[in-house]
Amino acid sequence: MYLYDEIDQRLVDERVAQFRGQTRRFLAGELSEDNFRPLRLQNGLYIQRFAPMLRVAIPYGLLSSRQLRALAHIARKWDRGYGHFSTRQNIQYNWPKLEDVPEILAHLASVQMHAIQTSGNCIRNTTSDHFAGIAPDEIVDPLVWCELIRQWSTFHPEFAFLPRKFKIAVSGAEQDRAAIQVHDIGLQAVRGANNEIGFRVLVGGGLGRTPIIGTVIRDFLPWPHLLTYLDAILRVYNRFGRRDNKYKARIKILVKELTPEEFRKQVDAEWAHLKDGPGKLTAAEVSRIETRFTRPQYQSLDALSVQYTQALARERGFANWAGRNVHPHKVPGYAAVTLSLKKTGIPPGDATADQMDAVADLADRYSFGELRVSHEQNLVLSDVRQSDLHALWLEAKLLGLATPNIGLITNIIACPGGDFCSLANAKSIPVAEAIQRRFDDLDYQHDIGELDLNISGCMNSCGHHHVGHIGILGVDKQGAEFYQISIGGSQGNAASLGKVIGPSFAQDEVPDVIEKLIETYLKHRDSESEKFIDVVRRIGVTPFKEHVYGNPDQKRENHQRQLAAA
Amino acid sequence: MATLIKNAKIINDSWQRLDWTADGSLPSVPASGDVLVPLRLWQGLADELLGRSTGKLGLWLESDEDPVLIADSLEAFCVIAVNFPQFTDGRGYSTARLLRERYGWKGELRAIGDIQRDQLYYLSRCGFDSFLLNDGLDAKDALLAFNDFSEAYQTSVERPVPLFRRREKEAA
Repeated sequence: MYLYDEIDQRLVDERVAQFRGQTRRFLAGELSEDNFRPLRLQNGLYIQRFAPMLRVAIPYGLLSSRQLRALAHIARKWDRGYGHFSTRQNIQYNWPKLEDVPEILAHLASVQMHAIQTSGNCIRNTTSDHFAGIAPDEIVDPLVWCELIRQWSTFHPEFAFLPRKFKIAVSGAEQDRAAIQVHDIGLQAVRGANNEIGFRVLVGGGLGRTPIIGTVIRDFLPWPHLLTYLDAILRVYNRFGRRDNKYKARIKILVKELTPEEFRKQVDAEWAHLKDGPGKLTAAEVSRIETRFTRPQYQSLDALSVQYTQALARERGFANWAGRNVHPHKVPGYAAVTLSLKKTGIPPGDATADQMDAVADLADRYSFGELRVSHEQNLVLSDVRQSDLHALWLEAKLLGLATPNIGLITNIIACPGGDFCSLANAKSIPVAEAIQRRFDDLDYQHDIGELDLNISGCMNSCGHHHVGHIGILGVDKQGAEFYQISIGGSQGNAASLGKVIGPSFAQDEVPDVIEKLIETYLKHRDSESEKFIDVVRRIGVTPFKEHVYGNPDQKRENHQRQLAAA
Repeated sequence: MATLIKNAKIINDSWQRLDWTADGSLPSVPASGDVLVPLRLWQGLADELLGRSTGKLGLWLESDEDPVLIADSLEAFCVIAVNFPQFTDGRGYSTARLLRERYGWKGELRAIGDIQRDQLYYLSRCGFDSFLLNDGLDAKDALLAFNDFSEAYQTSVERPVPLFRRREKEAA
């Protein structure tokens, strides 16, 4: 965990006082709704379908047990006893009262948390790999750089009123688990010729209405220049990004309209002035931040625990869970564990206050009091001894957090959708639940193998449907809720955007359509090791489409049958 | 009447802002008084503006106008203003930093347009030192906004040296 120093704490406290004043002026009628809106948004507060929604920042997804207990307390005291973990590694509360929000922020500040810039047209919470610092394939630990970016972006005076929201993601591993190719800025930490740290810089990726994979504009940015280079990118965007149309205001449109080459030229021209100025990072600052991170004191253990291997051989249920929800760790004898928030019947990413308290206890007993929120909306205990895994599994099962479905079809990413969100065209949660029920049989799920299924209730794409192997998008069709289905999307190193298979479906048709897609996959895969996404890439969309909609001959037959019946 | 805050004090505004007329043509220049002129007027009538016998000259930039266009003639102005057509149009923050940090403007830099109390802190950090507040705002109350935060992480016009370098200096 990064521990605040006196100044970090003071700034967060001052923010609470500032927002308290703004809320008071709004409630007293001194601040209009229009003028209050950007202020509350920059404190994570939306006015939603039923009540305000408060989004709390969990910087780069890292959380202490103490902080999680505070989140549970907030859920209990000011909300309805639960919270929703989002794809930006944040937590959202759906039922707070506007006038309570300053108090909630004060409570967050007491555990070094905040809701700063979790919404609005500003630099949002920086996201990262949920295995940051522990992944065996890690080249550079991204956490220190994420914290440097957090500080740089917090109350940045020049970039509080950008054309549109701005999201930065950092990955330091060989496998990209932070979706850096679909962010406004994606940073891949790499090592240079002399082992020095630098960043490959991507810009202009994003989902939403115009999904685009980001472009590399710099292959190796030496670390001292990280913040000045970000300043240069943001300045070009702030000055020249479109402000006439909110759907064309993201940086991806600017990069596309200018061309990536021209955009890079403009950034470089700006950067030339800033590069060696006072914003250039120093080794002393990097090491100061590094030392403010508490790091687990690992024991020296055997690479493979005997207890663990015995339990795997003994219990199939445990082995199933370990196969999906236990992940390798760079320290011998340790593992990372995903606690699934994707149990059938529970909205994806939701956790009750009691579950949060219980997970905080698990983190204290099994994982040095720390945990992570993944962008797939699960919780991760990052530093568990292998010998403890069986005991942890038994406890997690009792809490309903041991569904062995990580990477499988029921580990659905879904936004809150039309049940809560006022932007949504359609509901997400009941669709997720219907699919989970259809594929509830674990053996079947395991047989289908790795499959990312993502659901967004509207084009804003909070459920990342574009990068789901199967993506479902809620659309509005003459006032009715319909769902458009795409296949072939993917996150990670080989990121790709899904292709729509055809006309959209009514809500109750969706599970059948998914079933047909799965049947097509099972029929065409060359072996159990060929994943759904690989089959889509090999044979294309057409066989899937034909099985769902019928091939042209079948369609003609159907049509004639309908005519005959009429 | 709108209130002017300058150097964190409420003062009377002597400046008349000249704007485009309703039919889109350039305004005429009054013979006397302090005038704040739009960029196009300066570009077209620089000699006439400089030749006025009384009254000072200032210039205002629209949010999409590049400050490089006046970088070579800064000495002609007593005030430079940047317009914020809406509170949420943040281009002027970059304009201000460029004027101060790149083109070396040392004189009064004024924020005009949709200026609310809650922008003052960021505006002042970007180099504005005067602010023409929206009508109806409590100016005394607005003055408090300059103290919303006691520290800042980044480089800015107000504190060119970022917090991390100041910390290092203190530690040394």
